[in-house]
Amino acid sequence: MSVIDWLTDPANWTGADGIPSQMGYHLLYTGIALVIAAAIAVPLGVLVGYTGKGERLVAGSANALRALPTLGLLILLFLLISPVVPGQLVYIIPTIVVLVLLAVPPILTGTYTGIQSADPDAVGAARGMGYTKLQILWHVQLPCALPLLLSGIRSSTLQVVSTATVAAYLGLQGLGRYIIDGRAQADFFQMAGGAILVAALAFALEIAFTLLGTLIVSPGLRRTSRRRRTAAPTTVTGAIPRPA
Amino acid sequence: MTIDWIWENLPLIGDLTLNHLWLTLTPTVLGLFVALPFGWWAHRSRRGRPFIVGTAGLLYTIPSLALFIILPTILGTKILDPINIVIALTIYTVSLLVRVVSDGLSSVPVDAVQAAEAMGYRSWQRLVLVELPVAVPVIAAGLRVAVVSNVSIVTMAALLGIPQLGTLFTQGFQLRLFVPLVTGILLCVVLAVILDLVIVRLGSLATPWRDRTVAA
Repeated sequence: MSVIDWLTDPANWTGADGIPSQMGYHLLYTGIALVIAAAIAVPLGVLVGYTGKGERLVAGSANALRALPTLGLLILLFLLISPVVPGQLVYIIPTIVVLVLLAVPPILTGTYTGIQSADPDAVGAARGMGYTKLQILWHVQLPCALPLLLSGIRSSTLQVVSTATVAAYLGLQGLGRYIIDGRAQADFFQMAGGAILVAALAFALEIAFTLLGTLIVSPGLRRTSRRRRTAAPTTVTGAIPRPA
Repeated sequence: MTIDWIWENLPLIGDLTLNHLWLTLTPTVLGLFVALPFGWWAHRSRRGRPFIVGTAGLLYTIPSLALFIILPTILGTKILDPINIVIALTIYTVSLLVRVVSDGLSSVPVDAVQAAEAMGYRSWQRLVLVELPVAVPVIAAGLRVAVVSNVSIVTMAALLGIPQLGTLFTQGFQLRLFVPLVTGILLCVVLAVILDLVIVRLGSLATPWRDRTVAA
């Protein structure tokens, strides 16, 4: 018996707690958290980037959030709501809240730095052509912000996919089940199998985002960014997530 | 559920905090020393840079809990061995800092490099005496991110049963007690803040000229 045997055992690939179903749950939690996070972070990021207000506050809270341990926060939320919330919701709400908290800062930072880093010449040219402020935002600044916005969403996705593993500790489904159950049953191969599946999922999403980036980012933007490689800002410290 | 729990368990809390401290500091220091040569290499080699920085970035995407479990299979260590945590966090620190070191070295003003060259510095002297010291603020900024992240990633090891502050979280969950849980969270945050300040202080000690030129 080895990890490979566990991963290739047909019995592990069928049924309600089979790998496809757990992966489905894992992606479901991830998807829900990301949609909520994007709905909060993108409009807020546009606002911050467009008005230039609240930037310090946003960067500061993103950094402070990095220090908060996810596992502790998850359990704290669970203990707080467990007397008042019935049924499965007592596990679902803390999980989604924690995942959203993790996903918001990278998207927010990506959006506002993207808007701010739009080429001033392009913005000036649009103004000269008679674009209104909203038209400049929609037709110039947002497309220019797209690469950084996408990289923010990518960071968030990876963070959330990794952390969704912890949902199993509270009792939810997902790939973390194999790690937590394997630990409880002292079944190392099940644990390692689960770990490999989570890592593979993160890796697959990373590649998917790279492909998506080449598909939807404006070709004009890619040309200029290649020509000005040396001038491009390389490290946005606030946007670096922590591995989850 | 009372505050008395803290007094009764003070030795345990102390042990867990010390464990947490060395599980965080060892990989941060190791990671910095491994990242320096790779970052220098990425800075020097135009062709190598995308490859080195790309590989480093990819390592960063491995979920921590998964890495804690996969490493024993590769290294042949026991799953409960804290060395797995140290190695996993070293990998993350390196993957974060390689890019930062490379950016830091690239941020050194050309004037300074040329002045060093004109004064007859050899290339390694220039690196150690001019380029690295000038890059310290950028590297320190990256190190702050790394150490704060490491403090909170270490807590994940509680799910495997390796004792550190995260143990207080799982204890809080099992006993349905707020006190150990909140104590653990607060100690993590305090530890992160202290280590962050230490790096800021070390960074400004290493660059005494900045106080005179930049701040003044």
